[in-house]
Amino acid sequence: MEAVSLERAESIVAKWKNKKGNLIMILHDVQDAFGYIPEHVARRISRLLDIPLARIYEVLTFYHYFKLNQPGKYKIAVCMGTACYLKGSPEILEELKTILHVEEGATTSDGLFYIECVRCLGCCGLAPVMAVNGTIYGNLKKGDVVDIISRYSKEG
Amino acid sequence: MIQATINQKPVTVPEGTSILQAARQVQVKIPTLCHHPDLPPTAACGICIVRIEGTKKMLRACCTPIENGMKIITHDPEIVEVRRTVLELILSNHPNDCLKCGRNQSCELQNLAADFGIREELFTKFIGGIPKDDSTNAFVIEPDKCIHCGRCIEICQEIQGVWALSFLGRGFNSRFAPAAGQKVGDSPCVVCGQCASHCPTGAIFEKDDTLKVWQELQNPDTFCVVQIAPVVRVAIGEAFGMPPGTNATGKLYTVLRRLGFNAVFDTSFAADVTINEEATEFVERFVNGKGPLPLITSCCPSWVIYLEKQVPDMVDYFSSCKSPQQISGLLTKTYYAEKMGIDPSKIVVVSIMPCTSKKTELTRTEEMFASGYQDVDYSLTTRELARMIKQTGKDFVNLPDSEPDHMLGDYTGAGVIFGTTGGVMEAALRSAYSFITGEKLGALEFEDIRGLKGVKELSVEIAGRRVNVAVAHGLGNVMSVLNRVREARAKGEPSPYDFIEVMACPGGCAGGGGQPYGVTDDIRAKRAQGLYQDDRDKQFRLSHENPYVQKLYAEFLGEPLSHKAHELLHTHYVKRMPG
Repeated sequence: MEAVSLERAESIVAKWKNKKGNLIMILHDVQDAFGYIPEHVARRISRLLDIPLARIYEVLTFYHYFKLNQPGKYKIAVCMGTACYLKGSPEILEELKTILHVEEGATTSDGLFYIECVRCLGCCGLAPVMAVNGTIYGNLKKGDVVDIISRYSKEG
Repeated sequence: MIQATINQKPVTVPEGTSILQAARQVQVKIPTLCHHPDLPPTAACGICIVRIEGTKKMLRACCTPIENGMKIITHDPEIVEVRRTVLELILSNHPNDCLKCGRNQSCELQNLAADFGIREELFTKFIGGIPKDDSTNAFVIEPDKCIHCGRCIEICQEIQGVWALSFLGRGFNSRFAPAAGQKVGDSPCVVCGQCASHCPTGAIFEKDDTLKVWQELQNPDTFCVVQIAPVVRVAIGEAFGMPPGTNATGKLYTVLRRLGFNAVFDTSFAADVTINEEATEFVERFVNGKGPLPLITSCCPSWVIYLEKQVPDMVDYFSSCKSPQQISGLLTKTYYAEKMGIDPSKIVVVSIMPCTSKKTELTRTEEMFASGYQDVDYSLTTRELARMIKQTGKDFVNLPDSEPDHMLGDYTGAGVIFGTTGGVMEAALRSAYSFITGEKLGALEFEDIRGLKGVKELSVEIAGRRVNVAVAHGLGNVMSVLNRVREARAKGEPSPYDFIEVMACPGGCAGGGGQPYGVTDDIRAKRAQGLYQDDRDKQFRLSHENPYVQKLYAEFLGEPLSHKAHELLHTHYVKRMPG
């Protein structure tokens, strides 16, 4: 598995090797490929580009876009935009955290679910809203959450 | 030249001068916190704000070049109030641990809080609760005490080129730490301690071993021996109000005896032994072709870690000779113990070093136990010794001078200049010249490799052959030298240098990470001058002329690079894979 990802990382680096300001582009491509930036890939990039690992992590941690941990199979995005917030999305988030025993920005120990908060999913009329891998669930009530989660858990 | 006014007084300064520097012309000290004269301004803290006269606009004096016609006001009630608020905000994220903090009374934040008369906490306290990192033997990192000035990052990344520390995250959540969640001990860190000596607060602080040393001194069953490194003698006085560069050798010997040490040795003696070995090693390689050139010095443990981790293809160039600290400890527990009839298992060797890295050298390889025991038991920084002296109320400045214990205590001028950049090379060249030609150098002083230039070069003729040497200090200056060697090697050409000296810290040990706080290039130069003066004053200025060294070889080691010398005084290095 590591060997495969390193090979992939090397081809990404090769693609951008001679371009100026290539680090961010490479990190974007790596995240697209793996869903996050694995540490061993970051180390390999460091060696290939001769950029200190410290600098790479400065970039990785500066931009919220980059993820350092493997995201869950199902990415749950809870909308915290104004409309959703007022309509009770903090309660939805709390319910998710209680059911899944995981904090925001982290993945459940079985690797299935990852919770993140987003600012707007573009369907404020359905507030409060959450999305699971892009599928929108709107007009949510606290009690709906457990049903939605169990549907995905069953699929595994 | 730029003409402007500061507090209505005219100033004329060269273009590019910052408002902060220009203010000195009119005897104004603008308060600073993140600024350090060694480093480019980071403009992180905002304490140094000043105002353009007649406007509301405030500028940061550290990073704003003064311009023609500028009218600067450095102090008015509003500016002082803003500075106070900045300070209060910083303090709202800083623990109130001052009484039990290592930097108590030497903390730049505490000094400002005192100057500004901060008596209340107006903002809600928020402390991050990030755990300490004590993964090295050299220093402890306490992120909660960090004020985000960025000095440690600047020195680690830009000056040292080590890149162990990084500024992670952003805004309120930013923190300084090694990449990828590593502990600093697993990072590229070389424990040079420059971060600790540049930190304005106690966020990075040497591991304090003074309590353990006190216990050993009070233990009636131990025989405590101390050795002092060359450059400690010209720096420790600063902790007692003496000017930098004041030579306090005799007072140090006295105070160490009065602290309870049974024997007082000088690491400069061991430096003379190192030179006998290393200069012989150079002659073997240069004249007799036994081993690759360039020979690279290895007395600086941070430099050893750096080369092993970052440049493993060059490990074979290292001198195999141990550092003076280790040689002194080893000889104490073998030669001295034998001659004096002391059971070496009872001997405790303490070294006083300008350095945090020497603490990790104590257990670097199994060869650091060549006496059958740990050759050096504890290594204290200059700062730690200063604290011990203060604890006992010894009036350091007025102490009488005394002599070291002679067997491992008397040193030559060559041994003592080990403590500054270029000194090891100069000492080695003095002896190597004699070893090769059988004659003594006319002029012993090599001005070209003295001073604070990052990379210094010298070419000397010895017996009709040119010896090309390079001296680098501040690890960020090293790669340019090594890359020239690599390029020549790749082309199959001879190395552009025959002998390379590297010391990790800017200024060499004179600017070591364990030295008294507040170092600048001016102070580094004064400490070096103190050593050069000591050298000039010495009867013997070549390491191999040291009568006690000659006695040591005659009675114990045989000759330089003998089988016994190899067994005891030499070590090996490891090619470590970069992380």
